[in-house]
Amino acid sequence: MSSSVWVPLLLSLKVAAWATLLATVLGVAVAYGLSLWSSRWCDLVDAVLTLPMVLPPTVTGYYLLVLLGRRGWLGPWLADMGIELVFTWQGAVVAASVVAFPMVLKAARAAFLDVDHRLEQAASALGVSPAAVFFRVSLPLASRGILAGVLLAFARALGEFGATLMVAGSIPGRTQTLSIAIYEAVQAGEDGYANFLVLVTSATCIAALCLAAWLTPGAGRLRKARRAP
Amino acid sequence: MSLRVAIRRRVGGDTGFELDVRLETAARRVALFGPSGAGKSLTMQAIAGLLKPDEGRIEVAGRVLFDSAHGIDVPPRARRLAYLFQDYALFPHLTVRQNIGFGLTRGWLNRHGRRPLPASAQRWVEAFHLAALLDHYPAQLSGGQRQRVALARALSTEPGLMLLDEPLSALDAGLRVQMRLELARLQAQIDIPTVLITHDPGDVEALADEVFHIDQGRIRGHGPVPINPAYPAARPTL
Repeated sequence: MSSSVWVPLLLSLKVAAWATLLATVLGVAVAYGLSLWSSRWCDLVDAVLTLPMVLPPTVTGYYLLVLLGRRGWLGPWLADMGIELVFTWQGAVVAASVVAFPMVLKAARAAFLDVDHRLEQAASALGVSPAAVFFRVSLPLASRGILAGVLLAFARALGEFGATLMVAGSIPGRTQTLSIAIYEAVQAGEDGYANFLVLVTSATCIAALCLAAWLTPGAGRLRKARRAP
Repeated sequence: MSLRVAIRRRVGGDTGFELDVRLETAARRVALFGPSGAGKSLTMQAIAGLLKPDEGRIEVAGRVLFDSAHGIDVPPRARRLAYLFQDYALFPHLTVRQNIGFGLTRGWLNRHGRRPLPASAQRWVEAFHLAALLDHYPAQLSGGQRQRVALARALSTEPGLMLLDEPLSALDAGLRVQMRLELARLQAQIDIPTVLITHDPGDVEALADEVFHIDQGRIRGHGPVPINPAYPAARPTL
């Protein structure tokens, strides 16, 4: 046993939580934007934004380096603002959120399409602003579908390996997440430590899924209500 | 009330349907009558601001709501119209109380479930006997109750005009007769003009003073609604 399990576990949870938050806010916003904008370009935008789901994570990581690296397109500008993403845990957050983003986008797009458009029309005819229509009608009615996507995004972010390794590297205690720590442990022949990390990871995922199941009754009421003719 | 509508709108490309509606009336209770697919709902949506005409002008009680020549297009939330949807479009995730209070609540959050309704809404809760149902969800209501909730929700915003989109078609035959009477009584009590769309001559008879016959996107004729029920209000002559 070369090091404690808590350090990579807590780091993984921190990175996955921030990545999920980022992916959720952006994914829901883009999905709602696409649901308002009915054009043939929507599917192209959707396809481009879904790329991180199908590309090899190393390719996604490479793109991120080209974009965010010190000599990347945005690198100097980020450096001026004092933001350092390569080899930092914040970089791991960006990598994990890019990879997890399509999970939220896909789920939220489907959920918003599923909301009866007349309910949104009824809301604006009752005199509320477009932002209020979103927060008071569209978002609550789509929340169950979005939640499913958010949980998948969290699971995906927690398991992120390739893109994170490319962008943030494997610095113990700073950017070495659970999945990277497992890889390093196996490479170093520390089978006992690897076993332990694998069990901890599995238990964490099961706990996350149980938490999700426990959170869902809030949406049960919606499910019942939506069965109305 | 005066209602003046002269709008054009193409739907579905070159081969699609063209709406070209011109109507002018001073009647307090107006009906747009015609078969389904005639353009009734499109006309109603254009008046409410939910559908933007390609060109034309819409004026309600002297107030211009849309005028393509002058670039006027009042957003739906500022038109002060009540829109009663065919299937009532109650918000399934909100209680009856929250539904009725919806248009009276500002901000980005829904009204708290326990907060009492303001007087302008409470008045309609009493008028429609909804007090016992305030904490129910729409899925738990009968067809007639849903319609009353939708009416209370629409009237609470103190609209200048009420649009009724096939208000009785979602109900079974027995209840339809009863709710029709209830609507007619409501029209007699309140000082809000109504525009009704329907394909049922019985609705025209009970709920309108002047009827416009619409077919294939155009107004084909109009006239006063005959008092004698033996008259076929279905086909007004002109």
